[in-house]
Amino acid sequence: MKIVDPLVASVAEQETAIDVERIRADFPILATKVGDKPLVYLDNAASSQMPQAVIDRLVRYQKTQHANIHRAVHHLSDIATQEYEEARRKLQHFIGAREDREVIFTSGTTDSINLVMHGYGRKFIQSGDEIILSELEHHSNIVPWQMLAEEKNIRIRVAPINDQGEILVEEYEKLFNENTRFVALSHVSNAMGTINPIKRMIAIAHQHDVPVLVDGAQAAPHLKVDVQELDCDFYVFSAHKMCGPTGVGILYGKAHLLEAMQPYKGGGDMIASVSFEKTTYNELPYKFEAGTPPIAAAIGFGAAIDYLEQIDLDVIAAYEHELLIYATEQIKMIPGVKIIGNSASKVAVISFVIDGVHPHDVGTLLNQDGVAVRTGHHCAQPIMQHFNVAATSRASFSFYNTKKEIDTLVAGIRSVQKVFV
Amino acid sequence: MSQKSIYQEVILDHNRKPRNYGTLEHPTHHATGHNPLCGDRIDLDIDMQDGHIEKIAFRGESCAICKASSSMMTGVVKGKTQQEAEAMIQEFREMLISKEEKNFDHLNRLRVLAGIRDLPTRVKCAILPWHTLHAALNSTEGATTENDDHLNNELVVNNH
Repeated sequence: MKIVDPLVASVAEQETAIDVERIRADFPILATKVGDKPLVYLDNAASSQMPQAVIDRLVRYQKTQHANIHRAVHHLSDIATQEYEEARRKLQHFIGAREDREVIFTSGTTDSINLVMHGYGRKFIQSGDEIILSELEHHSNIVPWQMLAEEKNIRIRVAPINDQGEILVEEYEKLFNENTRFVALSHVSNAMGTINPIKRMIAIAHQHDVPVLVDGAQAAPHLKVDVQELDCDFYVFSAHKMCGPTGVGILYGKAHLLEAMQPYKGGGDMIASVSFEKTTYNELPYKFEAGTPPIAAAIGFGAAIDYLEQIDLDVIAAYEHELLIYATEQIKMIPGVKIIGNSASKVAVISFVIDGVHPHDVGTLLNQDGVAVRTGHHCAQPIMQHFNVAATSRASFSFYNTKKEIDTLVAGIRSVQKVFV
Repeated sequence: MSQKSIYQEVILDHNRKPRNYGTLEHPTHHATGHNPLCGDRIDLDIDMQDGHIEKIAFRGESCAICKASSSMMTGVVKGKTQQEAEAMIQEFREMLISKEEKNFDHLNRLRVLAGIRDLPTRVKCAILPWHTLHAALNSTEGATTENDDHLNNELVVNNH
């Protein structure tokens, strides 16, 4: 095995501390057949699968605990409220937030970013101000800021990436000036898997007194995140990429910032008192949780956190890294296949293009072998433009994937090439 | 039809050696079709003479299914009147999205694309050139954005 990066080698040589077959048994969907082929699910960056423990938790809630939260005094409402708040505390500990009121349940990463744009951006960023993004953001962390920029005549500045898919931190630093008011950055690139030096980038922003939102949608499932250690001002992610349900996610924010922000949506629990003359907003976190929240999904999210913590995020990261190294080596050996994004620091995501074959044809043909990959621009068109490709095929791995599945992917790529020779 | 048979030799051949690929010097009609979901884009030039499609050419970046569909389409509509071409657009579309079992024998060689019906996510790839043809033929109305609600996707087609 030829390994170039010594840091990578030290991780790859670690013993696999994961019993992958036992873990796979926790995920009933992994027994699915695609035609007569076993499913090889390599689209985890889009959405990961759900273990039985989380499915059971959702069922238990619906069967025995379901009611609306906070409003009523009856038995079920009391239980649902406690379980919902317990899920919030699990998320708080998972990311190392100081207080549970710093954890807001939203409908997901996109909703969280929009909440910050409306709640913080519209209040504190004005005409002539500047916002810094990076070239590797996905659309959810570009479009809300563009909407704000259009509304208020704000300038968006973009930190460039190099051909390895890494942000040029020195160029990023040069973008700051007296007009810079906000920074929004991905922790991990969804299209290429690049892990950004986010702690350093946050420190640079703070030297200029500029708050930073970190999009952790692709980081939280794979890396241990400590928001206090990172010192980020906002951190956002979704449950469905980390073994939880769709429709729920988190906005972490430093309490003093959340307190200063405008509510994003009005109605329901976000209100303390209402008259037609004046409405008083509720305290954190309820100020930002208008209407009936996704109660079952939030409780399911808590169960997903329990599941991941029981395996241990460090163990997950080490095993996924092993898969990344193996898959990278195997794919690099295939002539006519190019990996897009070769950062030294990556999560287990491989974007690739096959000479002469459109990614959608790759996706359809791999599906015949039961292999599920994502094809397209991954909602990150600026990256596609950087690498001058319309789209890529993306294989993204989870801790329940195996080297044997990577072999199936590699054999699939070779047979795609045969079809198109 | 299984997915494998979608990529049968006829389609792969049209992908490798697309017919009528390129540009026309003085097209009377032109349209660009774009599928923002996958980035596929085709440009279509038509030279209408005496009410007939005298010449037709396409170019662009696309997947094999879109390219083969474009190539075959340009072959079958050459010499047709606008009305005849519009009828073919409708029938081709129907072949790909119809839930009913119908006889499409009259579409002759285009029937190799019928199996795409079983791959709903790829239907738009096959239909994009036909939407573009419709836009080009109706270019008197200026730029249009056309959504095929039935496909629930966004094929953006502009004629100019």
